[in-house]
Amino acid sequence: MPDHDEHTYTAVHRTLEGKSAIFAVLVTVVILIGGLVEIVPMFTATGGTEALPGVTPYTALEVAGRDIYLREGCYLCHSQMIRPMRAEVLRYGEWTRAGEYAFDHPFLMGSRRMGPDLQRVGGKYPDAWHYEHMRDPRSVSPGSVMPTYGWLHTQTYDPGDIQASMRALARAGVPYSDAQIAEAPKDMAAQAQGIVDRLKQAGVTTEPNREIVALIAYLQRLGKDGKAAIAAGHTATTSATAPAGSQAP
Amino acid sequence: MQNTAVSAGEEIHYDDAIVKLFVTASVVWVLVGLLVGLWIALEIAWWPANLGLQWTTFGRLRPLHTNAVIFAFAGNICFFGIYYSLQRLLKARMFNDTLSRLHFWGWQLIIVLAAISLPLGLTESKEYAELIWPIDVLITVVWVIFAVNFFGTIAKRRVQHLYVAIWFYMSFVIVIPVLHIVNSLAIPATFTRSYPIYAGMTDALVQWWYGHNAVGFFLTTPFLGLMYYFLPRIAERPVYSYRLSIVHFWALVFLYIWAGPHHLLYSALPEWAQTLGMVFSIMLIAPSWGGMINGLLTLRGAWDRVRTDPVLKFLVVAVSFYGMSTFEGPVMSIRAVNSLSHFTNWTIGHVHSGALGWVGMISFGILYWIVPKLWNRKQLAYPQWATTHFWLATIGIVLYTVSMWAAGLTEGLEWRALDDAGQLKYPNFVDIVHQLAPFYWLRLLGGLMYFTGAIMMAWNLYRTARQPAPAAAR
Repeated sequence: MPDHDEHTYTAVHRTLEGKSAIFAVLVTVVILIGGLVEIVPMFTATGGTEALPGVTPYTALEVAGRDIYLREGCYLCHSQMIRPMRAEVLRYGEWTRAGEYAFDHPFLMGSRRMGPDLQRVGGKYPDAWHYEHMRDPRSVSPGSVMPTYGWLHTQTYDPGDIQASMRALARAGVPYSDAQIAEAPKDMAAQAQGIVDRLKQAGVTTEPNREIVALIAYLQRLGKDGKAAIAAGHTATTSATAPAGSQAP
Repeated sequence: MQNTAVSAGEEIHYDDAIVKLFVTASVVWVLVGLLVGLWIALEIAWWPANLGLQWTTFGRLRPLHTNAVIFAFAGNICFFGIYYSLQRLLKARMFNDTLSRLHFWGWQLIIVLAAISLPLGLTESKEYAELIWPIDVLITVVWVIFAVNFFGTIAKRRVQHLYVAIWFYMSFVIVIPVLHIVNSLAIPATFTRSYPIYAGMTDALVQWWYGHNAVGFFLTTPFLGLMYYFLPRIAERPVYSYRLSIVHFWALVFLYIWAGPHHLLYSALPEWAQTLGMVFSIMLIAPSWGGMINGLLTLRGAWDRVRTDPVLKFLVVAVSFYGMSTFEGPVMSIRAVNSLSHFTNWTIGHVHSGALGWVGMISFGILYWIVPKLWNRKQLAYPQWATTHFWLATIGIVLYTVSMWAAGLTEGLEWRALDDAGQLKYPNFVDIVHQLAPFYWLRLLGGLMYFTGAIMMAWNLYRTARQPAPAAAR
């Protein structure tokens, strides 16, 4: 061991170094404090995480689409978090409130913007735009560097396990009723047919069971409820969600 | 090379076979991790590089890259360093050889499962915690095996006082399962899919509490432990200050945990939590630099050897990069700076100055020192190659970080640029993306140099272990 000296705390620590169990317990206590102080309040009202009025859970098809979004790692290049700054609001729309994320299991805010933010992409483009964009991004967004996702147009999603997904989500706290879960496959088929019909009007033919249809359903939902809630003046459920540093550049 | 020691008349046989296994695995996985990194760097510069395949898109390979370098490369480095030094510091063989083997093969199994599942798109999407729930369970089991083996060895030690390296190892062994279990709590829907019990903003906070402390307790504290063991041994100098090591250890493990919310500045996280994250991140400079200072000043009186000894070169640059990236990190966690740097390539550059500079360089230095010792060779098969590797890696890191600073500042400034009328100066996102292309190629060049150095190292170490260098007959 290095230099030994007369300081009291080094002498105390020297004793502690001989008592491995106490040392381990102390390390555990010291590392738990910060996490507890920061995370526990999020489960109380001060966390401001309850859903904004009008923000509702994803539909069965949107859940399936979100799973595809996750599988492809879309969140690694696209954020879902608009910061309260003028340039961001101009580019993407209303900045994001905590209560918009209430049913996001997992969160998909992202950490890198290789491409633009998608928080408010819902309703921004027609369904057919997304269909073409996933097939060949450059056909609708000249100069884009996104890879092509042609397999989404041929692979099919499995409506058989949507109920298992919704039951798991319900157990995690999403307020799906038993009736909603029971009706999920039917709801899914109806929403998918609606997208297929709209695509057809735009001259695109596809089947309702294709992965691209579920993904479009999810993308078209993004940020819509929140936007409506904010427009109606429901900007925050508690004062804790006031714009963090809204005076920012 | 002594793999035995004598204490109070009894002979202790250290288990160096397990150290060799972990050493070998770390050298294999660093090549895999870096290669995948190069591939996705190419995809960013030139999108068709996924070859039109769904298994090789950036979105699926990026988690493979991060998991391979963090858990496969850095993980195996930590484990060999701990298995080697713990036995010697405590004058005790590892608690149980079977547990050691279960730990080794269990960990490699986890890595192989990750390498299969991630390209298939099986992911939980949380950064550095992407692996699906059955693998999460396996990680927990293997870590418990490791922890029992670790504390079991401490329990049967012949040296009463735990040396500073062991404090850092202990924080690694204790904190990682806490982070892993809390962040991974999820409700399974199928065998490959689950949904976290946390929603939205809470899920984000738990994730970045995990994510930042994965950096803190997987890539920092165990490596500081390695620094405290290997640097004094290699430099043949005692640690500079015992008191500094006490203060910076406790300050580091206490403060690190609070810093996670700096990943969520300007998000919808309550402002008090964002501020706590920022303030604690800035305070972290002190204990981080305490470690750097203790490392660099341990070399007092040995600086002349840095000129000639490639191992010391690697260690000095590693500790310097530790100091630089632990200064840059707190700066980036200041709100005003973060408003510019967040979501940009600057973050990517920052991460890599820590990963390539600190973790990579200290690992390479220790590997060059330990392989001849473990395989009972007088020196490396190609001693000059180690110096070449050092320069390739150092210049590669500089190219990487400088290009990512330039790219990050470019996109950060252009995203927010307004014209005289108060409207966006660059309304088309793609226009900004195209300006980054030269930086991406430069980054790729830096990465290629770093990878080339790593290949030279792997071959050098393989030849060292396989056959004695001509001048080093046994």
